[in-house]
Amino acid sequence: MTRQTDKLALDRRNFLKVFMAAGGAGALGSLASQARASAVQTKARIVILGAGAAGTALANRLVDRLSGASITIVDGRKQHLYQPGFTLIAAGLKPASYSVTSTTDWLPSGVTLVEEAAANIDPVSRKVTTASGKELEYDFLILATGLTLDYGQIEGMSMDLIGKNGIGSVYAGPDYAAMTYAEMSRFTEKGGVGLFSRPATEMKCAGAPLKYAFLTDDIARRKGNRGKLEMVYAAHNKALFSVPIVNEKLRMLFEDRGIEVRREHVMSAIDPGKKIATFQTPDGPKEIGYDFTNIIPPMRAPDVVLNSPLPWQDGPWVKQGWAEVDKHTLRHVRFPEVFAVGDIAGVPKGKTAASVKWQVPVVEDHLVAALSGKEGTASFDGYTSCPMITRIGRAMLIEFDYKDNLVPSFPGVIAPLEELWVSWLMKEVALKATYNAMLRGRA
Amino acid sequence: MKELTPGMMIAVFEEMFGMGLFWALVAGAVLVTLAFLFVVLRDRKLVASRLVRAELLAPIGAIAAILFVQFVTSSGFSDIGGPVDVIALILIGVAGAGGLTVLAYVLQGLLGNRAGKAS
Repeated sequence: MTRQTDKLALDRRNFLKVFMAAGGAGALGSLASQARASAVQTKARIVILGAGAAGTALANRLVDRLSGASITIVDGRKQHLYQPGFTLIAAGLKPASYSVTSTTDWLPSGVTLVEEAAANIDPVSRKVTTASGKELEYDFLILATGLTLDYGQIEGMSMDLIGKNGIGSVYAGPDYAAMTYAEMSRFTEKGGVGLFSRPATEMKCAGAPLKYAFLTDDIARRKGNRGKLEMVYAAHNKALFSVPIVNEKLRMLFEDRGIEVRREHVMSAIDPGKKIATFQTPDGPKEIGYDFTNIIPPMRAPDVVLNSPLPWQDGPWVKQGWAEVDKHTLRHVRFPEVFAVGDIAGVPKGKTAASVKWQVPVVEDHLVAALSGKEGTASFDGYTSCPMITRIGRAMLIEFDYKDNLVPSFPGVIAPLEELWVSWLMKEVALKATYNAMLRGRA
Repeated sequence: MKELTPGMMIAVFEEMFGMGLFWALVAGAVLVTLAFLFVVLRDRKLVASRLVRAELLAPIGAIAAILFVQFVTSSGFSDIGGPVDVIALILIGVAGAGGLTVLAYVLQGLLGNRAGKAS
């Protein structure tokens, strides 16, 4: 109890700091350079697969913590994508360029970037082979590959259909998110059936499909056309959201907004010509016609991990291929020199950038401890954050952990289940800045 | 958010405004504060007429600050959803009002007559 009270008091002090900093950051300037822990001397070869949010943030932190290490980061993609921005692009609030920077903008000096995809991982001989056949031997391997959007699992669907005939897909990338907005914009002018859904696989930011239903509803209302729309949300199981208390709140909000929920519907096929989507349900296949749909494809591990010995060998994730890591240390259970961070980690929650912010220091701690001949102590509790946009200008700052507990950053100040302007401000103003600071290893 | 250290806050603000603009804003705030202290110490008092004139601008500063935040965040007054939103709105307004008042006082103090000749 005392500890909880202490935590509350501390959080309130932190909250005050936000406003102090907002009002006069200069006063805090003298505290800016906090002494970092002295660097650990090592000759270790560390290979990081992926220069997305997780790989980049970890590389930046490791460069500060280690001296003499050989850090190689492998990624063929030249663009770095700020994925939390996709929803704002698809709402017409930001241009596609909002989410795009260059991978090399964020990488520290002292790290070797191999600009090609990894093709094979051999965790027994501790070797990664790239697409061109280059071999990289490692002492420690960090999987930060992200995940693969598997549009092919929906029969009839392919990415070239996005942006035409009422098909959108916010997840596909910044340009596709902009095309999705164009389709959604047409739909909210003309009216018809708006169909929203999510896949049955693990997925990144499970709140995003719901946000987009809310945003479409809001934009139609602003145009005075809500009466022309029928909105349907097809949930893959009996719930809208895996955290029960959040699920119940969302059920109420969907009812309030007039969004009809069909439960236990998993999209299996789409006919873009007839504008009909087919769903697998406990009662057999069912068809739902649409005038606009935001397709969220099934998600799985990239081939390089899926086809390696690293995925879960049993349980529900065998086909999806997520790395079999301890859910608190993120260390591989069979190959202790392998860690997974970000979307690729086979843990029950945490496929968001906010989770990466909490996961990266955990992997850093265990890796640096291992290099010092010690045991790490940091633990990831499943922290996942979702600024659940419920309309342009309002959001709910939902944060939770493995136990489905709400873990608000500002308890008693920002209510997690209230639609608030302050939470929207965080999403629109503070989130990208915090993300960028995280990439640089500073947050 | 896991922790909110001053170093992290500065990193976030640097990313928000850009390194150059952020520190320019900080420098600006420090300069105006120092100039305010200079004028008050020089005059050995707060000059009432100057302060009243400066305070007349406070509502403009408050409204400008609020409208600026709403403009950059695609939001408006109808998005106020709970008590903390009202508190945030008031704090933004107070910051704008206070900032413009101090700035106006300083400008009068530096550009106008000295206290002894002010009235």
